[in-house]
Amino acid sequence: MNEIIGLILISVGLAFDLLGCLGLIRLPDVYNRLQAATKCVTLGTCSILFGTFLVVGVTTPGIKALLCLFFLVLTTPVSAHALARGAHRSGIKLWEGSVVDQYAEDKEGEA
Amino acid sequence: MRSKVLLFLVSYLSWCLLTWVPDWQHLVVGIFVSAFVVFIIGDLFISGKHLSRYPIRCWYFAACYVPVLIWECIKANFDVAYRVIHPRLPIKPGIVRVKTTLKTDTALTFLANSITLTPGTMSVDIDREKGVLYIHWINIQATDIEGATKTIVKRFEEILGKIFE
Repeated sequence: MNEIIGLILISVGLAFDLLGCLGLIRLPDVYNRLQAATKCVTLGTCSILFGTFLVVGVTTPGIKALLCLFFLVLTTPVSAHALARGAHRSGIKLWEGSVVDQYAEDKEGEA
Repeated sequence: MRSKVLLFLVSYLSWCLLTWVPDWQHLVVGIFVSAFVVFIIGDLFISGKHLSRYPIRCWYFAACYVPVLIWECIKANFDVAYRVIHPRLPIKPGIVRVKTTLKTDTALTFLANSITLTPGTMSVDIDREKGVLYIHWINIQATDIEGATKTIVKRFEEILGKIFE
């Protein structure tokens, strides 16, 4: 039973990872691509890891998968934030279809 | 000192899980590795109020915050997947500023990370003096500061305020 649920979770995770990669190609600029990369890949990879844990049970690889899941959830938002901030600071413009950029308005005086 | 002991226990626990199944060689090496980790980054570790001082808040954290976060994360995935698959790419991106009333480091970190994991939003920068967060929003619904704050921050601010402040 656990094995079937695990395999279903792994397939769902693969589908979401695929969509995340599709988003990386289709979306227009760095910031939108980061959105696709953080969201789809977080849940996609998490369900792959959790599915692996369900299939193999409480063994050496299973425990490692759980640990990876925990660290992944903690570190993905931080790295996305660092990349977005670094990109903006080094002067990469938003896509021309963007509505507002209040961050640039506030930072103009300091730069 | 207290936070260093806590850090030692956390890193020792993750070492034990990494080297599962435990035997005495791994356990002994783990003590040295964890002590080294504490020696290197012990001073960077969070200081100030600890959650362990208020045990009821940990339960509140597990009961209220974690389910909300997981639910929002799943919603975020379907949202992004829909935008990616849709042939005309229905996005309206931009960076807006929102206000927050949280003050402590831990609470702000959790708030920014939660915002990144929720549908269509990603935190770009933070200004602690003014209490302002800059959020990249994939589908803007409100450009004024009150409207954006209400849509993005309010969900988590109440819960996190109760836990960390």
